[in-house]
Amino acid sequence: MWLIDSSIGRKLIMSISGVFLVLFLLFHSLMNIVVIISPVGYNKICEFLGANWYAVVGSGVLAAGFVIHILYALYLSFLNLKARGNKSYAIKNNQKSVEWASQNMLVLGAIVIGFLILHLFNFWYKMQYAELTGAADSTTAANGVYWVSKLFSNPVYSIIYLVWLSALWFHLTHGVWSALQTLGINNKTWLPRVKLISNIISTLVILMFMSIPIYFILGFQPQV
Amino acid sequence: MAQKQGSTSVESNQIDAKIPEGALAEKWNNYKAHQKLVNPSNKRRLDIIVVGTGLAGASAAASLAEMGFNVLNFCIQDSPRRAHSIAAQGGINAAKNYQNDGDSVYRLFYDTIKGGDYRAREANVYRLAEVSNNIIDQCVAQGVPFAREYGGLLDNRSFGGAQVSRTFYAKGQTGQQLLLGAYSALSRQIGKGQVKLFSRHEMLDVVVIDGRARGIIARNLITGKIERFFAHAVVVGTGGYGNTFFLSTNAMASNGSAAMQMYRKGAYFANPAYVQIHPTCIPVHGDYQSKLTLMSESLRNDGRIWVPKRKEDAEAIRSGKLKPTDLLEEDRDYYLERRYPAFGNLVPRDVASRAAKERCDAGYGVGNTGLAVYLDFSDSINRLGEKVVRDRYGNLFQMYEKIVDDNPYKTPMMIYPAIHYAMGGVWVDYELQTSVKGLFCIGEANFSDHGANRLGASALMQGLADGYFVLPYTVQNYLADQIQVPRMSTDLQEFVEAENAVNDKINKILKIKGKKSVDSIHRELGLIMWDFVGMGRNKTGLQHALEKIKEVRNEFWTNVYVPGQVDNLNNELEKALRLSDFIEIGELIARDALLREESCGGHFREEYQTPEGEALRNDDDFAFVSCWKYTGEGNEPVLLKETLNYEFVQRQQRNYKS
Amino acid sequence: MEKNINVTLKIWRQSGPKAKGKFETYKLDQVSTDSSFLEMLDVLNEKLINEHKEPIAFDHDCREGICGMCSLFINGHPHGLDPGTTTCQLHMRRFNNGATITIEPWRSAAFPVIKDLMVDRSAFDKIIQAGGFVSVNTGGVPDGNALPISKVDSDEAMDAASCIGCGACVATCKNSSAMLFVAAKVSQLALLPQGKVEAAHRAKAMVAKMDELGFGNCTNTGACEAECPKNVSISHIARLNREFLNAKFKD
Repeated sequence: MWLIDSSIGRKLIMSISGVFLVLFLLFHSLMNIVVIISPVGYNKICEFLGANWYAVVGSGVLAAGFVIHILYALYLSFLNLKARGNKSYAIKNNQKSVEWASQNMLVLGAIVIGFLILHLFNFWYKMQYAELTGAADSTTAANGVYWVSKLFSNPVYSIIYLVWLSALWFHLTHGVWSALQTLGINNKTWLPRVKLISNIISTLVILMFMSIPIYFILGFQPQV
Repeated sequence: MAQKQGSTSVESNQIDAKIPEGALAEKWNNYKAHQKLVNPSNKRRLDIIVVGTGLAGASAAASLAEMGFNVLNFCIQDSPRRAHSIAAQGGINAAKNYQNDGDSVYRLFYDTIKGGDYRAREANVYRLAEVSNNIIDQCVAQGVPFAREYGGLLDNRSFGGAQVSRTFYAKGQTGQQLLLGAYSALSRQIGKGQVKLFSRHEMLDVVVIDGRARGIIARNLITGKIERFFAHAVVVGTGGYGNTFFLSTNAMASNGSAAMQMYRKGAYFANPAYVQIHPTCIPVHGDYQSKLTLMSESLRNDGRIWVPKRKEDAEAIRSGKLKPTDLLEEDRDYYLERRYPAFGNLVPRDVASRAAKERCDAGYGVGNTGLAVYLDFSDSINRLGEKVVRDRYGNLFQMYEKIVDDNPYKTPMMIYPAIHYAMGGVWVDYELQTSVKGLFCIGEANFSDHGANRLGASALMQGLADGYFVLPYTVQNYLADQIQVPRMSTDLQEFVEAENAVNDKINKILKIKGKKSVDSIHRELGLIMWDFVGMGRNKTGLQHALEKIKEVRNEFWTNVYVPGQVDNLNNELEKALRLSDFIEIGELIARDALLREESCGGHFREEYQTPEGEALRNDDDFAFVSCWKYTGEGNEPVLLKETLNYEFVQRQQRNYKS
Repeated sequence: MEKNINVTLKIWRQSGPKAKGKFETYKLDQVSTDSSFLEMLDVLNEKLINEHKEPIAFDHDCREGICGMCSLFINGHPHGLDPGTTTCQLHMRRFNNGATITIEPWRSAAFPVIKDLMVDRSAFDKIIQAGGFVSVNTGGVPDGNALPISKVDSDEAMDAASCIGCGACVATCKNSSAMLFVAAKVSQLALLPQGKVEAAHRAKAMVAKMDELGFGNCTNTGACEAECPKNVSISHIARLNREFLNAKFKD
């Protein structure tokens, strides 16, 4: 199976799952921003994405996307480590043009996962999961504004989230254009443009996410 | 058979080159029409050894394998792609006449004969010009990215010694691209198993059985193991012997050892004195220097060569008091344009080199050593703009700047002649076969096509012509009656003896344990060669050189120190073996130069020049190829002659003035 | 201007492929700043030979930056710090007096060390043998001008073809990936009509061979491009990906 045996095949899966996750992040961040613009609308979205079959299926697909991305990342990293050989350089430097993020995607990914688990516990566990298991009624579970307000009223959480989002930003700045490069959507003229577009997308997504903890830090509260 | 039946006789002092009868333009066609062929099923039963993977070796190995022969291919580098053909910069000639400037096969033939100072074989050169067009087609088909015009068609530039633009090029890396083309064809055959590649293997002897070449002895350079290889025919394309001079534009590992091994087994060594000194190289700058770097001849298309008109200015420049850019136009002596108005800066290499030496010897040289002249692009930059110049020569300018730390866009380049190419080499007949049956020699390693001087962009042409389009035919003519010969065991007496001789030589060298490194002795040899057997030669100097070379030989065999073991990777041992042969080649060069009492092409005897300082040939006494026959260790070689009968071209004094 | 400097060299010595290597330190005085890096090593070797020690084995040949034979990982960079330069083109004027220079061989599982600073790069040859060619035999080809090729494509093919096969891309890549090397050849031939015919097969065969030989997976760090002595662009890697994926989806 060339999607497992061939290096470009493996990379294709990495990039497709990556692109999928980026699209998810884009939607996620767009939805989040609603909490500031219209808290009522935000709760409607939360309700919509509650224990409905389509939301559950969506979550499943999303989880699969994460798992594939992570498993492939581990497999690729294992192969790459093996290819490097058992002797490392005494001194190894990179040229300035080499992005720091590109050299540290696995570490950044691990940081992102760590916080992701916290994030799932903070929200998903108390919302969709609670609703599914019946641990909470649908009104409580789908009251997104409540959960968001509860968490971010603690500034420690706001700061933790900002740190997490920074790591994600680094991961994305390399990830987005790299995915396009792997898909072959690139050439000499477009190389700098693709990088620029990727940076804009990553920054936009992260800024939208960050706007919420910042909103709380600045002392605002969403009113339902 | 169309060929004249040879009256080859070693004793008669005259050699027959087996040139086919007929009109010049018909010879090669006639040969091909009447030569013997080997049928496909028999090709499978025949093995051919090809030593070398440069343009000639790789193209020959690939072409022979494509035909169905089993090929064993050897190279000393870690990969066939690293052969020194890769370093050729400027381009490759072909008589395509794409530029509609009056080119033709005949004109390319004529320019090459004239450029070679009427010391090349007419029939060979005509054949070379004929197949030159096929080479371009072949390379394009392989995916060689030659430079193109905006319309999508191939571009040409002009080169020294020609008044037409017939040089095809790929940036300043034509040799690289052509070699990679041949390497890709070779790789395809290696992948198919039709060629067996032995990289990091160095040929150390040719094995001759009953008067025919039947194999080689080679050393595995990684393990040090001496290995024996059998084949029905042996083809050698191992390049030139320019490194005899220690400093040259050749690669560090380029050597003349394979040629000397053939010579010692009975192949004649032809015209060793014809060594090309390239006019545009970066000058020597220190005694630690390991090699000289060529700046492509193509630079002379747009660069103008000059020295100061007044000695005082030259002195001021040498002492750093004056900058070349400070010198006014009227204070500069564009000596090539002055002396050769018709060809100007594009005179052939030998002429340009000698003119530079003449100016420097007369005290007009620049650079801190006084052994340099300027190659100035300011006119071109003013005329064409820096961008155009950068597009054409950017990589060369960058290379120059890295080495010299001067910016050639701002200040003129400094250049000086350096040893570049060996026109001489192993003698071959029209079939590229040496005087040993079944032993063929191709590319720079043979002597065949360039006479006393090679024109720019002709080396690539010759290497590929030999490998793609000549040798694959002529080898068959030889092998046609070898189809009954079974594969021989490498345990035969001749193989054992050859291997023993090689082992003895290696052990002898390792046992000397003297005080001098191989390189230090090589430098001594190089200095003698450059001073007395270099650009300007004379009788006294050459005789002196012969004495000094004897001393170097003695020094080598009594005082060299080679560290390391025999059964391991040992660079010093490799170099020592090569140096032992360079010493012998050095002696042959000096001997041949002494014999040739005339000046022609790259061979300039100071006693024989016109009042204007041009080379003065002596066609009555020296219109022959001097072929040296080995007569045993310590004995003087015997001179044999191949008379060069010019049937189609009238010999003239070369004129690049009008 | 030329001057002399003193340097300390930390050089990897390893007597054979299986031997355990280690760093040796050498002091070298009065090195001319006009000499090349390899000439500096020549001087050191000359000194070692005179002391009856074994000289350092390193690969080198043309010494004008085109054969791709020279390697050396110098102070953390393949071919030294300067971009667009091979080791043989590096000059001592780039180092300060008193500098310590660490010299290591290329390190990659696919490039085993032969001795000291020499490595075995025959894996590159094997990749080319798998498909880095146009399948034409000698003779019987059309005229060179029969197919016009746009100058833009031809120039880009030339840029890709300028790869010298030195292996710096693999040496510097944290994944030991040979993608830039493979991409350069695939891209060159895919850009030209002569090579287009078998482009799909070529991309698949060369990538399969590259994977088989134990090179790593490209993660688009761009370190290869940054260190490539011939400045081969990673945009060729995008083209390789395109060619490969197209080929696979057509199957």
